[in-house]
Amino acid sequence: MAQVHLRDVVKNYGPLEVVHSINLDIADNEFVVLVGPSGCGKSTTLRMIAGLEEISGGEIFIGDNVVNDLPPRERNISMVFQNYALYPHMTVRENLGFSLKIAKRPQAEIDKAVDEAAEILSLTPLLDRKPGALSGGQRQRVAMGRAIVRHPDVFLFDEPLSNLDAKLRTQMRVEIKKLHQKVRSTIVYVTHDQVEAMTLADRIVIMRDGHIEQIGTPLDVFENPVNTFVATFIGSPPMNLLNGVVRDGAVVLEDGTTVPVPPGYQAREGQAVQLGMRADNVMPVGHSLPPTEHMAQIEMDVNLTEPLGTETLLFAELAGAEVQAKMLNPRPVEAGERMTFQVMLDKCHLFDAESGAALRG
Amino acid sequence: MKSLKLPPWLVLLLPAIIILAAVVLIPLVLSLYSSFTAYKLTRPDSLYRWIGTFNYEKAIGDAKFWAAFGRTVLLLTVALNLEMLFGLGLALMVSKVTRGQRALRTMMMFPMMFSPILVGFQFKFIFNDNVGLVNNALQSLGITDQAIPWLVDGNLAMFSIIFAEVWTATSVFAILILAGLYAIPKDPLEAAKVDGCTAWQSFRYVTLPFLMPFIYIAMAIRSLDVARAYDIVQIMTNGGPARRTELLWTLIGRTGYVDARMGYANAMGYISIFLAIFFTVFFFRKLTAARAELGMGV
Ligand SMILES: Nc1ncnc2c1ncn2[C@@H]1O[C@H](COP(=O)(O)OP(=O)(O)OP(=O)(O)O)[C@@H](O)[C@H]1O
Ligand SMILES: [Mg+2]
Repeated sequence: MAQVHLRDVVKNYGPLEVVHSINLDIADNEFVVLVGPSGCGKSTTLRMIAGLEEISGGEIFIGDNVVNDLPPRERNISMVFQNYALYPHMTVRENLGFSLKIAKRPQAEIDKAVDEAAEILSLTPLLDRKPGALSGGQRQRVAMGRAIVRHPDVFLFDEPLSNLDAKLRTQMRVEIKKLHQKVRSTIVYVTHDQVEAMTLADRIVIMRDGHIEQIGTPLDVFENPVNTFVATFIGSPPMNLLNGVVRDGAVVLEDGTTVPVPPGYQAREGQAVQLGMRADNVMPVGHSLPPTEHMAQIEMDVNLTEPLGTETLLFAELAGAEVQAKMLNPRPVEAGERMTFQVMLDKCHLFDAESGAALRG
Repeated sequence: MKSLKLPPWLVLLLPAIIILAAVVLIPLVLSLYSSFTAYKLTRPDSLYRWIGTFNYEKAIGDAKFWAAFGRTVLLLTVALNLEMLFGLGLALMVSKVTRGQRALRTMMMFPMMFSPILVGFQFKFIFNDNVGLVNNALQSLGITDQAIPWLVDGNLAMFSIIFAEVWTATSVFAILILAGLYAIPKDPLEAAKVDGCTAWQSFRYVTLPFLMPFIYIAMAIRSLDVARAYDIVQIMTNGGPARRTELLWTLIGRTGYVDARMGYANAMGYISIFLAIFFTVFFFRKLTAARAELGMGV
């Protein structure tokens, strides 16, 4: 049983505070993914949970115990490091079995665990090599293997797939998911890659500049971003944001286009806002959007198209901002063509222009 | 007149050839040659008395020579290992110091700044049984009321010499090992912590393998140094008492310059060189192996 709780955890390096009083509750067996731009404090947070970095304030619980003062080896965790951190003088086999050897497990058990992990990670042919003779991706898999041979209370992964090619990454993502279903343990996983975050996570934690911006299920953070940062960080392509002012229950964009305030949102008369809409919810008229109650129509000039096969991404201009839209059942589009688009209003968002916070009513 | 014309490559190489010949080749050939003669410094004409391998046979049959040989090996083994252990300890401690580390590193080098002759004199004084610091200290503290014959008793004299050697050269190990400690990547040590290692286990399984190449480099350097040990011993005990601290090179020096039997001394010298070569090759092998172990190439 291992829940992890972070209570007002702070980290400073000298006078520089890099993690600002964060709170996070991770349930037993939960798969939590930390995402955020580079330098936002993901690794630091993970390393504080691991005990590799002293915390400057607050408390960390693993299970029911405060682990603030426990060294890593007493926390029963295993970790995959961002830059592998393999033991260069040991073979892959020795690297994988090292933690079990330190724990004085019988050799037969070690061999079995190592062979199993090597099998899962396709490392069997490499078992007798040294890390120096492996490619980046192979090293990363050894680092993963080293974490999974044990059965720790908590797995900590710091961008474990960042150096793999696209195919291997997809494959490994599936393996991690399977692993989690099989061994049922708590996982804290750091990544840049929001696809990884969306597909793996039970819950996503979005961080920025040492703060947690939002915690929620993948669907939740995708559908109900609490601010413009989360809205543009999660989802690909990023959500379109258009500046406007609220007049008579509608958002008036800078060029005079009006779009009704999306259902579920509320704004003061005259408030400066940003209207958010995802490309998936902006489509040329006549292109397969099921008619719903809340529809708005806008006219835009298409500047550029990006055919992706089954769909085409359209880059259009509205009120001086770039808007990305999607066209299913693609047809050829001329650059500069003026098209009428349908916007699914009930999938749109409204944010305060100044604070960026969602204006949920 | 037809002038002598040398090919240009030879002209260009000539300075190097002349210097090498003067510095290395001539002394080498001369000494090697003289080791096959009955050359006595006092009778220059004896340089031409070829006696074949007589000197070598004599050295190989000479118990005094082998005793000195064995003692040199003993000194090498004991001193090197002690220096390694102390150097390692010192380096580990200094690496943990957060303030004033730079000053400490400089201070660590002090023993290396003195001429071995002076170190010899210093320890000769320190271990002197009448006026020496050690005996005085021991007596004032009431630990003993006798004058311990540090340099007169055979075993104690060897101990004193080893003490002086270790004092001068521990810093060689400490500095090289410290360089090694600075070069160790941080990540494997962190991985070891997460993998459940105690501080000792991290040291044993991660730090030490990283340090081995540095230790072997220090060993190789110091083995050459100790194998030719002469000055400290010459000053402190002059090989005495009753040859109980006689090392290869004090024996060779005495044979060559005091007894003037240069041919014989040279023969012993050539045999002794194998000792130095053996240790150097041994430690370089170890070094290569340790580097390969770390995946640092060969
Ligand atoms: N030893 C240190 N001293 C001072 N500042 C540090 C130190 N280590 C990290 N930082 C700072 O802390 C912040 C968070 O770093 P961290 O490594 O947690 O980022 P990250 O979110 O993991 O980024 P990335 O995605 O690039 O790995 C960064 O701004 C970094 O510059
Ligand atoms: Mg990081």
